Amino acid sequence: MPGLIVLGIVIAVVVIAVLWVVATYNGLVRLRAQANNAWAQIDVQLKRRHDLIPNLVETAKGYMKHERETLENVVKARNMAAGAQGPGAAARAETGLSNALGQFFVVVERYPDLKANQNFLALQEELTATENRIGFARQAYNDAVTRYNVRIRSVPANLIAGAFNFAPMELFELGVEAEREAPKVSF
Amino acid sequence: MWEQIRANRRRSIALILVMALVLALLGAMIGGAFSPEHVWVGTAVAIAIWAILWLVAAAAGREIVLASVGAREITHDDIPRLFNVVEEMTIAAALPKMPKVYLIDNDAPNAFACGTPENSAVAVTTGLLTRLNRDELQGVIAHEIGHIKNNDTKFMTLAGVLLGAVVLIADGFLRGMLFAGRGRRRGSAGGQGAAIFLLLAIIMAILAPVFAQLLYFACSRRREYLADACGALFTRYPEGLASALEKIEASASRMRDVNRVVAPMYIVNPLQGASASSLFSTHPPTADRVRVLRSMAGGAGLAQYEAAFRKVHRTGIMGAADLRQVPEAPIRQPGGDSGVEPLEQAREAVDVLHRLGGYIFLACPCGLKMKIPPAYGGKEIVCPRCGRGHRVPSGVD
Repeated sequence: MPGLIVLGIVIAVVVIAVLWVVATYNGLVRLRAQANNAWAQIDVQLKRRHDLIPNLVETAKGYMKHERETLENVVKARNMAAGAQGPGAAARAETGLSNALGQFFVVVERYPDLKANQNFLALQEELTATENRIGFARQAYNDAVTRYNVRIRSVPANLIAGAFNFAPMELFELGVEAEREAPKVSF
Repeated sequence: MWEQIRANRRRSIALILVMALVLALLGAMIGGAFSPEHVWVGTAVAIAIWAILWLVAAAAGREIVLASVGAREITHDDIPRLFNVVEEMTIAAALPKMPKVYLIDNDAPNAFACGTPENSAVAVTTGLLTRLNRDELQGVIAHEIGHIKNNDTKFMTLAGVLLGAVVLIADGFLRGMLFAGRGRRRGSAGGQGAAIFLLLAIIMAILAPVFAQLLYFACSRRREYLADACGALFTRYPEGLASALEKIEASASRMRDVNRVVAPMYIVNPLQGASASSLFSTHPPTADRVRVLRSMAGGAGLAQYEAAFRKVHRTGIMGAADLRQVPEAPIRQPGGDSGVEPLEQAREAVDVLHRLGGYIFLACPCGLKMKIPPAYGGKEIVCPRCGRGHRVPSGVD
């Protein structure tokens, strides 16, 4: 009889332990999936921005005959950003693109005809709206990653994370210069 | 993102269970009052009534609510500003699908949301668009998306249907008692047992609806606070929502043609007095919500909202589980002003309504833009400013 009771207790403990492992593992998988989904959203918005830039440059070319270098810098930065892989590299390339665009818009101020061009205005608006969306997508992604990273480091979930190779994920931080800009207003 | 605020869900499940228990007990007592063997019949009838109401609510749902307030669906090109804000907040909240956007023709600023995260809608009034700047609009939309994210519509419909069933049954029973009592003396169907049940049933029928309503309203108020917390979190800018709430409060009571059923769904209840804070309010007093939002210091996250709430109320609103893994959420700078004149915004919103109503837009060479009702299609009109004659293009272009 006592043997049976001990056996029962052992079985109960094992069952509870297995259930806990399964639940924790599933929780980690869910958090990681949320972070990956959020990254996909950033990716969509970054692509949108990359697709807008050739049109923007094409429209500006006709007006800005003497600014070849500025335009080439934008195109170069855009191509670098489009080819970047992973949050770290993408963040660096996107910061470069933001800086190039910043210089471009400073130069645009000298061309009133371009600033009045309807097509250019529409593109500029679309670009600002996209940058807003990138900001919020980055916010959602960093929240999800923080949640996941805190979870895989905290006791006792870190045991499961270590056993099943849940690696910490990278935050997506844009460079200081781009960071300082408040989200712009768009319509 | 978290599935929904956990304290929210736990309390909601408790609420639904308690209300279901009240309903079942009420049914049992009434059944017992007819005859002690009919206790189970009473319970079954009460649950059947609830199921019928639930089916009606589930079938009617979103479309009926939106149609009853005269909301019209809009697209990006109608009002890009509103559409962009909804899209931004969808991304910030990581909702699986962007809500549909609806416009209500009403000068009082207000907004509500309905549906589940997979299939939702946000409706705003034209007054909201004309009175709020972009940061404020963003705060309101974030609050509404918080409701969607927290599954509030689903829970409140479920709870509302339970409440409806309790009220219906209790009311029906009490009326029946009055009627029967006036007509004839009840036969001694079950003797003493039935008499005890009868007494209990009367007490239940009087108390149950009040009790169920108190529970329901308390849950509703709590969810408004939590949606405010989400609004601050998603925008990272509590002041936007705070100042929007003040503007809405200032003119919400002047909202015309408010539907009683829809009123509790709005961000500020248009049927509730400004200073109301009774146990029977669906919303917390607006001044109180604003005070909590403005007390948030050092960040816009759930933890800071909880701290601000404690400062104002001396008691918390979220559970420890909600606050364990919250990321830092620094408050951002206010966005620049929209640069668009309020008058321009009003014109924009009204133009959209006219276009959706099939109005014909005609520009006169003198510079006047005329909006002509569809009935004038194909007829001759004269420009009221310069007197030129025009032929109105017929039909919708």
